[in-house]
Amino acid sequence: MTTSTPVRPKAGPRERGGAGAGAKVAPGRFDPRLLAVSLPEAFRKLDPRVMIASPVMFVVEIGSVLTTVLAVADPGDWFGWTIAAWLWLTVLFANLAEAVAEGRGRAQADSLRRARTDSVARRLGDDGREERVAGTALRVGDRVVCEAGDVIPGDGDVVEGVASVDESAITGESAPVIRESGGDRSAVTGGTRVLSDRIVVRITTRPGETFLDRMISLVEGASRQKTPNEIALNILLASLTIVFLLAVVTLQPFAVYAGAEQSAVVLTALLVCLIPTTIGALLSAIGIAGMDRLVQRNVLATSGRAVEAAGDVSTLLLDKTGTITHGNRQAAAFLPLPGVGIEELAEAARLSSLADETPEGRSIAALATTRYGLHPLDRAELRDADWVPFTAQTRMSGVDTGGRRIRKGAASAIGRWVTAHGGRVPEAAAAGVEEISAEGGTPLLVAVHDEAAGAARVLGVVHLKDVVKDGLRERFEALRAMGIRTVMITGDNARTAKAIAAEAGVDDYLAEATPEDKMALIKREQAGGRLVAMTGDGTNDAPALAQADVGVAMNTGTSAAKEAGNMVDLDSDPTKLIDIVQIGKQLLITRGALTTFSIANDIAKYFAIIPAMFAAAYPGLDHLNIMGLSSPESAILSAVIFNALIIVALVPLALRGVAYRPLGADSLLRRNLGRYGLGGLVAPFLGIKLIDLLLSLIPGIG
Amino acid sequence: MSPVFLDVLQISALVVALVLVHRPFGDYMAAVYTSKKHLRAERWIYRAIGADPDAEMRWTAYLRGVLAFSVAGMLLLYLLQRLQDHLPLSLGFAPIPADQAFNTAASFVANTNWQSYSGESAMGHLVQMAGLAVQNFVSAAVGMAVAIALVRGFARFRSGQLGNFWSDLVRGVVRILLPIATVFALVLVARGAIQNLSGGETVHTLGGAAQRLTGGPVASQEVIKELGTNGGGFYNANSAHPFENPDGITNYLEMFLILVIPFSLPRTFGRMVGSVRQGYAIVAAMAVICLAGIVAVTVIEHQAPGAASQLAGGGMEGKEQRFGIGGSSMFSVVTTMTSTGAVNSFHDSFQGLSGGVLIFGMALGEIAPGGVGSGLYGMLIMAVIAVFVAGLMVGRTPEYLGKKIGAREIKLASCYILITPALVLIGTAVAMALPDGEEAMTNIGPHGFSEVLYAYTSAANNNGSAFAGFGANTTYFNTTLGLAMLLGRFLPMVFVLALAGSLARQRRVPVTAGTLRTHRPLFSGLLVACVVIVAGLTFFPALSLGPLAEGLSV
Repeated sequence: MTTSTPVRPKAGPRERGGAGAGAKVAPGRFDPRLLAVSLPEAFRKLDPRVMIASPVMFVVEIGSVLTTVLAVADPGDWFGWTIAAWLWLTVLFANLAEAVAEGRGRAQADSLRRARTDSVARRLGDDGREERVAGTALRVGDRVVCEAGDVIPGDGDVVEGVASVDESAITGESAPVIRESGGDRSAVTGGTRVLSDRIVVRITTRPGETFLDRMISLVEGASRQKTPNEIALNILLASLTIVFLLAVVTLQPFAVYAGAEQSAVVLTALLVCLIPTTIGALLSAIGIAGMDRLVQRNVLATSGRAVEAAGDVSTLLLDKTGTITHGNRQAAAFLPLPGVGIEELAEAARLSSLADETPEGRSIAALATTRYGLHPLDRAELRDADWVPFTAQTRMSGVDTGGRRIRKGAASAIGRWVTAHGGRVPEAAAAGVEEISAEGGTPLLVAVHDEAAGAARVLGVVHLKDVVKDGLRERFEALRAMGIRTVMITGDNARTAKAIAAEAGVDDYLAEATPEDKMALIKREQAGGRLVAMTGDGTNDAPALAQADVGVAMNTGTSAAKEAGNMVDLDSDPTKLIDIVQIGKQLLITRGALTTFSIANDIAKYFAIIPAMFAAAYPGLDHLNIMGLSSPESAILSAVIFNALIIVALVPLALRGVAYRPLGADSLLRRNLGRYGLGGLVAPFLGIKLIDLLLSLIPGIG
Repeated sequence: MSPVFLDVLQISALVVALVLVHRPFGDYMAAVYTSKKHLRAERWIYRAIGADPDAEMRWTAYLRGVLAFSVAGMLLLYLLQRLQDHLPLSLGFAPIPADQAFNTAASFVANTNWQSYSGESAMGHLVQMAGLAVQNFVSAAVGMAVAIALVRGFARFRSGQLGNFWSDLVRGVVRILLPIATVFALVLVARGAIQNLSGGETVHTLGGAAQRLTGGPVASQEVIKELGTNGGGFYNANSAHPFENPDGITNYLEMFLILVIPFSLPRTFGRMVGSVRQGYAIVAAMAVICLAGIVAVTVIEHQAPGAASQLAGGGMEGKEQRFGIGGSSMFSVVTTMTSTGAVNSFHDSFQGLSGGVLIFGMALGEIAPGGVGSGLYGMLIMAVIAVFVAGLMVGRTPEYLGKKIGAREIKLASCYILITPALVLIGTAVAMALPDGEEAMTNIGPHGFSEVLYAYTSAANNNGSAFAGFGANTTYFNTTLGLAMLLGRFLPMVFVLALAGSLARQRRVPVTAGTLRTHRPLFSGLLVACVVIVAGLTFFPALSLGPLAEGLSV
């Protein structure tokens, strides 16, 4: 049975995060106003020392400088000036994408910073005297006192007392939470405010490295490092850039031979159109936005690497309690023994449970009133009653009133009690107990001892069972389609675990799990090459959280757990693990889709630029001008303009991420290849033609 | 029967033969490279070269074996040519000049068989047999060994060992190339190819002129020239010469020999990685590209414009009457897409667009189906790239055959695909910028440019064929093309073996419903697109100034 600790009510299903089974991960927000706000930052990023991080865009910047220099040398050449201007715009648009992505994080960081006011700490000396010091002067191991109204000066564990704490500065959740010494709810975060009572907190992190500080630097993207897949993709993009650089640089001798020597402006324009600028410009924005999507769901990842790993996860370890089932078992039915009326059993069960404040006990009283029509009863209404409260030692509760002693509790405890009072447990009761256990439920016996009647007798059995949350079966099916195995972790015995696993639709279960078992399971999965994700909150979860590839610590958990995991869920909602996996996949898909799009775009650009360059020398090549572009200048310019504008057009997609549905790999590939491969092939033909039509209206170009 | 019907029949017959043969033959090759037993003859060889055939090698050791063996072979071949006047069976030919001897040695060791010499008027029988023919066998076996090492990289987990180079080399020669070559040499002889050690005789033509006909061990060299996708002809006219390729039947047989190993190795690959369907996906991608090329060239040649062509039923210039348009078009694509470079017609005389298809076929990187061994490893590298992009699109870190494709794998694969375009484009550009390029051309305009582009594409991709007429025997071209052949052969091998080593060290990533399935038609299609688009984007500007400018002007 549980020791019931008051916890703050769970946040209701969020608009996005708590979407039902099979739902796609809806894209994040995008506010066009951000474009204007981020413009100054985009200009600052033109610094070549910043640009070099993206080899593709760095090449474009060099091209911009080159064409500008050429234009300055020949100021009368409107074409050179226009190309130079559009190349600069291309670079600027790329920087803008990154700046916008960072800007969204920065807004969040600012609101966090407001919580990090310079607090004054009341430090406790060894002799128990209080001393007022600046929050920044605290060292690990210091003990500080916080009373109602105080802001907790740093991260730590409550070592004395219990208090309600307002953590809205971090979680955005206004309902206060209870923090108490010992157990799994002892962690407090610097910057949160004590609302009632007095606690003593032992500081566990140095100033400047607190959870709040880390959060700020994370959402700002200050400590952003490239993830493994991003590095691999960057290598591929860099080598494509080299290939195109070769193709363009070597083109000049061929052109000279053909009697169609090309200007450096045109060659630069061709190069910029060919290298994968679209994905090169958006790559880092995609990564930042992926982290940001997690933040919007109130999940903080310590690194982009963890987000990416989430997409690769193939085994999810889910704690039964709280994730798969509602936190506690609930009474589902009363099963009277032969010769006992259902009314009698319900009444006895209700009376004996009034002294049981555990959720299980309350659920029995609730079942009696809702299902069996008893009128609600309060303990105060029953005078002369001697209440026997539930304890973990006796494992039963009850009431002595008017010469009747009524007890309800675990089958073995009640069995002993009945025997001690001269009765015996009938076969039918034992059979009922056995049957309920077999179904994975928990049987409780209800017995009564009438002093007048002599021996105690069993009235019947209460069936307690875990209630599986709605919609989980469908979510697990969706996960299975994505190739992810779900394993339920529970302290229950194998039989109970099996029944719940079957009801919830998980693929496997680990029963009677100790922290060591959990650790062994993770290592076994990892040895088979699988990536494992899990959630945890207790200190004894910490090793497993650290071992798992994706360890999501609950914000309500201990600081050890939060330290060990690579993500923290501020809502402490274990089912969010599923969202996290989907966000990880969405991040990778967005990168792949835009890469495909970017490369597919090149085909149309060739059909625009090559005839423009060489149709004069070899009229046959005019057959390649299948778009019928109006003039060579207009054709090249249209391709360059399209190349720049497509970046801006795709910024929202990069920030929101490609819409993701939990499908198998084949369907996903077919869908994304169709959309971004074929789409990338066709879109520029239309776009370039359209721009050319507009340009041809300008006198002197068409 | 109409010529078109005959062409369709011939293409179908070739496809059917390959479909029938590739399974048992691929399985046989897998057995050869995985067998634990050594033949007695093989033991003798191992003892002679002092190699332990059972010692497993890491990729660096394997690479050292490849390079050491190839350097030794190149040196030997160089010396044989330089000293041929002091050696027996020289037919009185003078030693080959240094630059040409370097070019020829590089060419044969690199499995390219670019020939800047005329076989019948420069090389004695000893050089042909002990030098060129030997390299025809062993350079092919080296290519296969490297491919098998890469396959082992995919097939093995947490090992880093890639097998034994010496054992792979010897087995390739002894158990695969030699037996087939022996049988088919006899078939060629039976059909009229010559096989003797004659110094040749002088005959009088109908016109009364005297003509010297050199004899020699032609059939034996012809068969390995095709089987090992080498392509170096005994005669300058190569497979157009009736002593090498007497009739339509031998023409068909030679095409079959060229294709049989490249098209069977994917089956070997599938067997060795434990899923033949993975091999089918690769072979399907190869076949689609190859067939598309054959159909394109055949159609273009049949529709050649001009009065003479109309009368001949197509573009017959530079083609042999006994092979016709179909047999010549088909052979031209088969030889360019396999890095063989044998020719039975003048590619130079093909229609402009056909020439473009042939150049493009080589520029794909010789992977559809490509040279023996090199075709498979080239296609697997492209598969790695395709898997990377497609893998991201299914939302996982890309995996191929249970191996993660991460930064290191992409780096090696990228280096591989950079090499040949760099060699081709830089080589062509420098030649065009210098006077050497134009001096070597026998045509003007875009066709002249195509000749130079063809030469470097052929050399860097280890094909070896040329637009006939291109004057390649100059110090400049002997040297630069020789370097292009060596770099185009051995640098990619470095990256392939490094990749194999990196893959073999990995642990297995289990397959789930979320894993990209690489044995499906969808993936084959993606692979084809990847191959065509990557090469297409790289070579489109160059092709547009050569074959496209020529072909589209008509």
